[in-house]
Parts: sequence; C-alpha cells; structure tokens
Amino acid sequence: MAESKARVPAIEGWFRMDGSAPCLLGVRCRACGTVYFPRESFCRNPGCGHGELEETQLSRRGRLWSWTDNRYAPPPPFVAKQPFEPYTIAAVELGAEKMVVLGQVASGVDASAFRVGQEMELVLDALFEDDTNEYVIWKWRPVAA
Amino acid sequence: MADPVAVLGVGMHPWGKWGRSFVEYGVAAARAALADAGIEWKDVQFVAGGDTIRNGYPGYVAAATFAQALGWTGVDVTSTYGACATGAQAIDVARARILAGLCDVALVVGADTTPKGFFAPAGGDRPSDPDWLRFRLLGATNPIYFGLYARRRMEVFGATAEDFARVKVKNSRHGLANPNARYRKAVSLDEVMASPVVSDPLRLLDICATSDGGAAVVLTSMEFARRHAANPVTIAAVSTVTPCFPNTIIEMPNFSTDSAAAVAAPEVPFKDSIARRVYESAGVAPEDLDLAEVYDLSTALELDWYENIGIAKPGGAEKLLRDGETTLGGRIPVNASGGLACFGEAIPAQAISQLCELTWQLRGQAAGRQVEGARLGLAVNQGLFGHGSAVLAKR
Ligand SMILES: [Zn+2]
Repeated sequence: MAESKARVPAIEGWFRMDGSAPCLLGVRCRACGTVYFPRESFCRNPGCGHGELEETQLSRRGRLWSWTDNRYAPPPPFVAKQPFEPYTIAAVELGAEKMVVLGQVASGVDASAFRVGQEMELVLDALFEDDTNEYVIWKWRPVAA
Repeated sequence: MADPVAVLGVGMHPWGKWGRSFVEYGVAAARAALADAGIEWKDVQFVAGGDTIRNGYPGYVAAATFAQALGWTGVDVTSTYGACATGAQAIDVARARILAGLCDVALVVGADTTPKGFFAPAGGDRPSDPDWLRFRLLGATNPIYFGLYARRRMEVFGATAEDFARVKVKNSRHGLANPNARYRKAVSLDEVMASPVVSDPLRLLDICATSDGGAAVVLTSMEFARRHAANPVTIAAVSTVTPCFPNTIIEMPNFSTDSAAAVAAPEVPFKDSIARRVYESAGVAPEDLDLAEVYDLSTALELDWYENIGIAKPGGAEKLLRDGETTLGGRIPVNASGGLACFGEAIPAQAISQLCELTWQLRGQAAGRQVEGARLGLAVNQGLFGHGSAVLAKR
C-alpha cells in the first residue's frame, strides 16, 4: 500500500514542502543581513551580534562546489534501504547567500558527468519510509542544460 | 614570544584494535613517559587528560581517571575535549600552568578505545545536535567530507587518484619500523588503486582507520628540565585556534558554511591559520621546518595540509609529493611516523602522539624513520566543531 503513505518532512521547519518550488528555510539578520541555514537563534557575526532574525527562503539554485558518494551503509541514525543503495552528496554554493549547502543528490541522477561550477537546483525527494509515512528531504539535481 | 617548556619524557601504548579499556592504554603510556623522563609518578604536580566521548563517564573525566589508576596523590587535574584537537588542548593547559609558575612537572595523557567501522555519533536521539543530524538527514559520514575535499582538489588543481595513492605508499613505508604503528606493511600503488571505493574518489586505503591507543608526555619547566637532561626538546609554541567568521569552507559535521554575504571571508582561511599561529608566536617560517606531522585522515587531506602549513603554494602539493620532497630523505619529510595511514585515529591520543614522534625525531631516537639532523618540527591537526591544533617542537 505504498501509494497511500503520507509525504511528511524528515525534519520540521528546515525547508518548504512545496512540490513545484521547494526551498530551504533559514534566517536572516535584520541588522547585518547575514543568512543562516540551518536556523540560528542569534546572529553569529562578531561585528553584529544584536540583530533580530527573520525567516528567509534560500536560493533554489546554486553552483556545484564538490561532490562525492557513499558506497557503504552509514551507521544509525541514518535509515538505510535494504539492500543498501549508494547515494551521492553534493556541496552547492548559493550565489546570493555566498554559502555552501550540502544535500544528497536526487535518486537516479548519474554523477559521472558532474563538473565543479555546474548549475544545480533544489528538489524534494524521499529520504526513508516506514509503514505509514514517506519522509522527505531536500536534495540537489543538475539543472537541465 | 612565549617562553619554552621542556618535553622531558614521552611514551605511547601501541595503536591497534586491542579491545581493552582506554585506561589501560593511558596508564601504560603515562608510565612509559615517566620512565623516559626519569621521574616518579609522585613527582607529578598536574595531570591534563584528553577526554574520550565513547567510553562513558570515566572518559569525560580522563585526567582524574588516569590519576586514580596511577594512584591518588592529591595531584591537580584538568580534563579537556576538542575532538581531534583534544591532545593539543591538554598539552596547552599543562604548558600554561608551567609558564604561569603554578607547577614544574605536568603529565599529559590521552587514550581511546574505538568501536569497529565508521565513526558513528554518540548514542541516543538528539535532533538538535548537528553531529546526529548529519547522519540522520544526509548520511554524511566522515569519509563523505574527505571525499568532497578530495574531489575539489582534483577539479581545481588537477590532482589524480594516483597522487592520493602515492601518499599512502609513502606513509606505509615511513611507518614500517615504527614500533607503535598499527599497520607495518609496505603498500603499493596498485594495492591502493585496487582497494574498493568508499567515497569517490577515495578508496578504502586512502582513508584512515579508527584505532585504540594511548600517548603521554611529561612537560616541565626549563629549570626543572636542566637538572634532568642536558639538551631537552622544547615546545616553542602551541596553537588551539578557532575559525574567524565567516568560515567559508564546509566542515565536519556541518550542513553548510557560514554565509559571506554580509561579511567578507577572512584573508587567512581557518586551516591556514592553524600553523600560522605557531609560526608567528615562535618567529619562524615554514622554510625553517625539518619535518612535519600532519593529520592525514585521508591521503588527499595530507596534500591539503602541505598548502595549509605553507610548505607548498596552493596547487603545489602534488609536485612536492611527486618530487619526493615529503618522503624520508627529502627536503621536508611529512609523517615520518607513518601518520594516520599507519596508526589509525585514536582521537584524544592523536595530537599527543604527534608530539611523541617529534620528540623522538628531535632527539635522534626515531630508529628506522629518522629525519637526519632534525631541529624544528611541526605537528598539526584539526578537530570537528572548529578546533585547530598545532605544536611546534624545537631542540
Ligand atoms: Zn547580524
């Protein structure tokens, strides 16, 4: 009955559950403009330190900084598929935010033609599932050329 | 420039997968260091312990655990933790006590017992701990971060998988005669290249193992040391730096870097700042080094370190390696001990073991792996959550 499972975020409040235009949710300091993902409860810029933080949506696209993969199942708390399926992890540099954010690469994407600097975009994809839910997380995939 | 302190004695329990209590390794290393220094346990006035987080409460109070095991004497203790930089923090606390005139003789001990396989986060559900979350949400093991750095080196500097393998070949030869090394077997380029990929482009033999082990040093004031040794090795400087905001290189166990949108990235990146601190505080330059021990969690990371510590320009590490300059007999041998490639990682003991190696090298006692005429050595490493670690030893 896999088709009846509910799609729920693997973690609350880290990204927008929007099938067509998902994005990461961070915070921005009202005083200095620094962006934080994951959320912070205070501004970590030592030259600021007093700003209030407001929720902000991070850029949905960025440039590939580097990538690698995992050929062996990690230990818990990772929930590995049985049998284990290797997955790729990408580090993507967001232009406006000037920060690098990690994410798995969407399942089914072949990384063998990846190059540093290529454009990537954020999507939602399954991380793991249990009997009732499919747990969703943000992932990166190349922007179609 | 801070005054020096003396490294009067050093000792280790061999690295391996012994499956015994970390306390045994620490006590064995401490006894060896005391014997090497020619002093008694009752003469120790201060114990700095490097904590281990995988061995229950005794691991969190390591200094007291070791002091109790050696026999309570009323000695003052401090336990520290800074991930892989733990040992450097313990060394620095002991050094500071001596330089402040609060004691003359300090014992620094770190030891670990490690589980099999990948390092996993400490147990229990902790959805606000990034070290737990990176496993849960990303499946980002330690080799994932090493793989990202390695791939970046290939893309930006044209490094090859063979370059990475050459680091392992070099270090495996360096460690052959080291009695404390866990792996004492020459590894060929073909063997590295035939080992299974763990996190592309890194293979099993590119990535260091996790080990049990223990290391200890006896640090003393120069005045005390001169009564016991003619020409002791000294610590000229220690670095326990943290990053400057914004830290723009992705680091274990984080999901992201700091943002440089509002504040420009610092001129000296974090990893470059680690050794720079000891150079500046001792008034030396990278060219003055006779040897370096660097934290080769992966083979590719050793190449990054060449540039971070200033013995190669950015993109120049592969040439330095290929030219044999970092091999024993070369201009600046790196990881003459065999490095993590031959030891595997025993977290709280690692930075202390690096100082043990520098001490044996500077005394001319590193049989089978001696850097001839070594006078100045650097040990450097980095612990997750922003811990820099460097020790500059001189004779
Ligand atoms: Zn701010």
